[in-house]
Amino acid sequence: MNWLVVALGAWAFGWWINTRLARSSLARTRGGKLAVPVIFGLTVLLLWEGLVRGLNVSPVILPPPSDVVARLASSVPTLWEDFVQTAVKGALSGYFIGCAAAFATAILIDRSPFLQRGLLPVGNFVAALPIVGIAPIMVMWFGFDWQSKAAVVVVMVFFPMLVNTVAGLKASDHMQRDLMATWSASYWQSLFKLRLPAAMPFVFNGLKIASTLALIGAIVAEFFGSPTRGMGFRINASIGQLALDMIWAEIVVAAIAGSAFYGIVAMIEKRVTFWHPSQRT
Amino acid sequence: MSGGAMKHVLPVLTVVAAIIALWYAAAVGLNRAWVYDQAERAGVAPASGMALIAETWSQERPVLPAPHQVAVELVKTTFGMAPSSKRSLVYHGWVTLSATLLGFAIGTGLGILLAVGILHNRAMDMSVMPWAIASQTIPILAIAPMIIVVLNSVGLQGLVPKAIISAYLSFFPVVVGMVKGLRSPDQMQLDLLKTYNASNTEAFWKLRLPASMPYLFTSLKVGMAASLVGAIVGELPTGAVAGLGARLLSGSYYGQTVQIWAALFAAAIVAAGMVMLIGVMERRTLKRMGMAR
Repeated sequence: MNWLVVALGAWAFGWWINTRLARSSLARTRGGKLAVPVIFGLTVLLLWEGLVRGLNVSPVILPPPSDVVARLASSVPTLWEDFVQTAVKGALSGYFIGCAAAFATAILIDRSPFLQRGLLPVGNFVAALPIVGIAPIMVMWFGFDWQSKAAVVVVMVFFPMLVNTVAGLKASDHMQRDLMATWSASYWQSLFKLRLPAAMPFVFNGLKIASTLALIGAIVAEFFGSPTRGMGFRINASIGQLALDMIWAEIVVAAIAGSAFYGIVAMIEKRVTFWHPSQRT
Repeated sequence: MSGGAMKHVLPVLTVVAAIIALWYAAAVGLNRAWVYDQAERAGVAPASGMALIAETWSQERPVLPAPHQVAVELVKTTFGMAPSSKRSLVYHGWVTLSATLLGFAIGTGLGILLAVGILHNRAMDMSVMPWAIASQTIPILAIAPMIIVVLNSVGLQGLVPKAIISAYLSFFPVVVGMVKGLRSPDQMQLDLLKTYNASNTEAFWKLRLPASMPYLFTSLKVGMAASLVGAIVGELPTGAVAGLGARLLSGSYYGQTVQIWAALFAAAIVAAGMVMLIGVMERRTLKRMGMAR
């Protein structure tokens, strides 16, 4: 009963602080903008902990966050092994191959409006499909290990990346291209000096979309068969043992990996496209 | 107009034809080994030329089924069986689609409600929005199996758990898109309404909500695709019971490649159909509101 009171009290207190913070002049400072969501996150965690303990929720339904943290701390080697298997070997290698292939394809079809008009609708169509469904086929073709996961990721990231790059290559406007022509720039010169830099915001948009797809693809593909390591495998195996704290620990790792991956891409974007209006502050 | 349409149809058809041709060629390459293997076991010379090609396109469990095999399976399991039969794709497709639609409706409804809350409450905006945006970079789909199993242990089975996953996946895109849309009217327009002495509620119904429609439909398309993926993945952990995900899983258990491809295409057709349906609704709505581009 005490836990319930603590939980609801923490919730009320957190909400009160946030309301005050949001109304105060602090809300416009950087610290205030950071503090409010952090306080909100902490109150959610406290509420969760308190409700689970106060209502005696069984740990096979919802483990309290403290259990998850304890599990996270006690099984670092396992989690690291899973992370390397799924995120580094499966997702990252597939991400690089898929994005590079899509980028190369976009440059290849750049000179042919016919191919562009043909490939773009097909690419847009495929990008909206539930592509994770090819996972069982890839597992059959490339075996249980990370190669099949990378293959799923390649297919998943290819079309969003292709569509964005092709759109990006059209981003430079006519005046700019005419200017390059008056300097008698060759196709490749104008590509490297004008059109590719102008395409970068679009390319990075594609890279960001692909970064979230990559991890999803690698994890879901493991549900269809994997060696005895990997995040998807661990989630599936822990369900059988009803070890929910382990699953939540994997989810925490996946969340950190996903946001870090996205964050790194966004950081590179900031460096590369510093000139774009959306990056100026 | 017809010339303009031809300008787009011809390239698309060419690309599709090229994909199918590549597919047939790949089928020959990938399935050849099995033909050689069989011939060696039977102790006869392996088929060559046209006979070899014909054999690679008509195996029962090919590495890569030829397009026509998938098409035949798709038609057979869609139209050739009673919709209530467990082997009918209509049955499995409906199991998945109903969970998708229920989850999509819940997720969209809650998403719009939260967006309205975020619009009117600054504390909520500052607390929830960063998390809603951050959550899009997280592979949420990974928790799908857990939700299924946990709800199963509480006694919930079948449609509802899958719908919850679908709702969860379609929720965040709608929140983010809708907040953007509700904030899209610029200060001039808001000021104009103020000079008309319009209340906040009136401004919401007459300006913000209509202005948010293009954003809403864009998020709906994203959310629908995510919902369907959620429902399919939600069918995996319970074992192959029913639904398109179950067809994929049982196909991979028993090496029924043709069945996998047929289920995959069924899922693609359902997804494309739903997204197109939203597209039609979008065009109609925007046209009636005079916002068509």
